[in-house]
Parts: sequence; structure tokens; C-alpha cells
Amino acid sequence: MKKIYPDAAAALEGLLSDNMTICAGGFGLCGIPERLIDAIRDSGVTGLTVVSNNAGIDNEGLGKLLRTRQIRKMISSYVGENKEFERQYLAGELEVEFCPQGTLAERCRAGGAGIPGFYTKTGAGTIVAEGKEHKEFDGETYILERGIRADLSIVKGWRADEAGNLQFRKTARNFNLPMATAGRICIAEVEEIVPVGTIDPDCIHLPSIYVKRMILGAPYDKKIEFRTVRQREAA
Amino acid sequence: MAWDRNQMAARAAQELRDGYYVNLGIGIPTLVANNIPDGMEVTLQSENGMLGIGPFPYDDEVDPDLINAGKQTISQLPSSSYFDSAFSFGMIRGGHIDLTVLGAMEVSEKGDIANWMIPGKMVKGMGGAMDLVAGVKKIIVVMEHVSKNGDPKFIPECTLPLTGMNVVDMIITDLCVFHRPDHESPFRLIELAPDVTAEEVAEKTTARYES
Repeated sequence: MKKIYPDAAAALEGLLSDNMTICAGGFGLCGIPERLIDAIRDSGVTGLTVVSNNAGIDNEGLGKLLRTRQIRKMISSYVGENKEFERQYLAGELEVEFCPQGTLAERCRAGGAGIPGFYTKTGAGTIVAEGKEHKEFDGETYILERGIRADLSIVKGWRADEAGNLQFRKTARNFNLPMATAGRICIAEVEEIVPVGTIDPDCIHLPSIYVKRMILGAPYDKKIEFRTVRQREAA
Repeated sequence: MAWDRNQMAARAAQELRDGYYVNLGIGIPTLVANNIPDGMEVTLQSENGMLGIGPFPYDDEVDPDLINAGKQTISQLPSSSYFDSAFSFGMIRGGHIDLTVLGAMEVSEKGDIANWMIPGKMVKGMGGAMDLVAGVKKIIVVMEHVSKNGDPKFIPECTLPLTGMNVVDMIITDLCVFHRPDHESPFRLIELAPDVTAEEVAEKTTARYES
């Protein structure tokens, strides 16, 4: 079975429908599946619920799908740095479910691992806990959070082999790994595809079973939100 | 003389211990990293998936795939490791991180903290703050003693939506330090910034505390 598709539009063929739920990897602009986001924009699919830690920035990442009003609802932990998001949210055009970052990651991990719900201390006593089941364990209060399953996951990897085994690079791993497991189908875009056997099986981050389709997305022009540097001291 | 931002961070750094794994919030807490005592081994965690945060990179070493939780470019250390977000928050929620330093808009006398939303204003989200205060062993808040309007921030009950309930262990302000040994005890005023009096602290605090 061949998993490699010529481009993002081909990889998405037959998988998109209005009002579907999509899990998207990335943290800020780091490790976002930008080719797949572009192709989803071009497809015109609408009414999307997108599960993603952030919502991109204006005209970058998921910000592109916000601009075209293809997203109906975001499930995220932090959505700063995005004016169009702010406008749609304040105008009531966009629904937002704020979810603590660790709870969001675990909801996706759990969903992908066949766990429909779990108890966590995070958010107990806050508005996040409102309407959720509470339970005491060893004298502490925990709240029930639901696992997330999506129709589709889109993730960005660094290197894949032809079988779909994936490696991520540095902090670009972030949400890509749990998101990849939460979708009924996962499409990965990567910077390099190598022959099977090239990657040491001990060094694979995401086993091929999770990657149903993939594309070579390179070359990438990776964006930086805050470029912070130090000066070399004079020799 | 009240403490400035860097002095507040330096005071927070006094709570570090050799071998600690620490998560620092954005703003003044980030400055704690510049005040780690020489010879002390402290490993910084970044909740987007890294243990062992290095300094900002040199200009020609900037890597878009290597950022901290504030989305700033950073560098790695020989001892660094990378992992995914679910694993990262397992580390945080599971109580494996020794200490976190966070900013706050309000702290209550019962140790509740509010630092993520102001009703009526654009809500950006809580990010990882709720997970950190729920899971990390010791929670230090670093904040100005009063708001821009001069209102006390260490108060009987938080008026803003909470980030966590009964979680704060220590409060470091520009005027003083409050500490409590456990989550059943009241806070105690344990230290004053130079030339700050206990009376001034009392005037600018509505929370109950021991002195």
C-alpha cells in the first residue's frame, strides 16, 4: 500500500466534508502542517471544528482558515497574536472552547488510545470544571475530561521513511504526536522521505500505523514568532 | 526601596535548589533564569516539549524548530531532551517538576490564583498555567504588590476567574515575600524589600496574613 501522495490536495482527496472535526499539530508556528492547511483552504470545506493548541497568527497557519471563515469552532489553550481571530470571536462568529494545554494534549492522547475520559486535577475549582463530573481520589478533587477523536488529523514531521515511520525535530514534535493518534485518518507532511531501513527503528517517534497518507512538503520557509538572540562576546 | 523586576526574579531564584527541575512562566519569571546561583545545577523545562533550555541562540544558530513556551527562539544543551506535549504535561501534572514561577493578577489569602482572564476583555486562553499550578510541587507567584490603579493584588478572595484553587506556596512582590509551609496554613510575611516597612505592606494588602 502506497502512502506517499504527490501533493497536499491529492492526499486530502475524499477525506474532507463540511462540519468535520480536524486535529492539527503544532505549537505557535512551530511544527504546523502548513501545506495541508493551504490545501484545506483551497478546498473550500467549511464549518470546521479544529482542535489545535493555537490558532496561528494573521495569515499564517490556521489564521488562513480563519480569514476565509472556514472554521466554525476552535478547541485551543491559547489564541493570542491573532487579530482576525479576536474580531470573529468578539463578534460571536467563531465559537471557542478553551482547554488547558495539558488537558488538551491528554484528551487527544486518550482519544487516540481508546480512552473516552479521564480524571485530572487541572482546572478543578475553576470555570473549566463547570458542568463536569467531579470525583475525589485520596482526598483531592479531580474532574472528568473527555478524550477527543477527530475525523482527520494533520501533522508535520521532519523525516519519514516510505512506510510512514516518522521522526520529529526538536520542539516541533509538540502536539504533532498526540494529534496524529486522535484522528481516524492521519495525514503527515514531512521535510524528507527516505527509503525503509534508513531510520534506526529505535529512533522512530511515531510508528507507521498512525500515518495513513503523507506528502513531501519541502522546501519549507519556517516562520519564527519571536526571534530572540544573544550577542557573541568580542574575542 | 522596592525591588525592581530583576530583583524580584533574583529573590525567586533564592528558592532554587541544586538538582531542581523548574518551569518558568513568561515575563518576570523568565528573568529567574539569569539569576541561577553559580555552581547550582538547575534544569529548565519548557512545556512545549523540552527539558534543559539553553540560552538564546547566536544570530547564525537561530532554529525555527527550537522555541520555548513563549515562542522565543532558544538553544539546546548537551543534557537536553525533547518530547511531545502529552508527555510534557504528564511530567507537569504528575508532580515531577519541583518548582514553577508564575505571574498573577490576583492571589487570595487561601492561595487561589487568577492569572488568565479578565471578563469583558479579549480572552487569550490559559495555555499551560492551569496544568502547572495543579501539578508542580511548589508554586511561586511573582507580581507587583498593587495593580496599576493601586489596588491590592493579594486579597481575601479573587474577583477574577481562577487559574487554580489553593495552590500558591509563596508570593514575591516588589515590596515583600509571603510564604506558607503547607496548603492548610495562612501566609506569613517573611521578608521586606530594603526600606519597605511592615506598615506599608499592611496598608497595601487586604488579604489576612501572619506577620
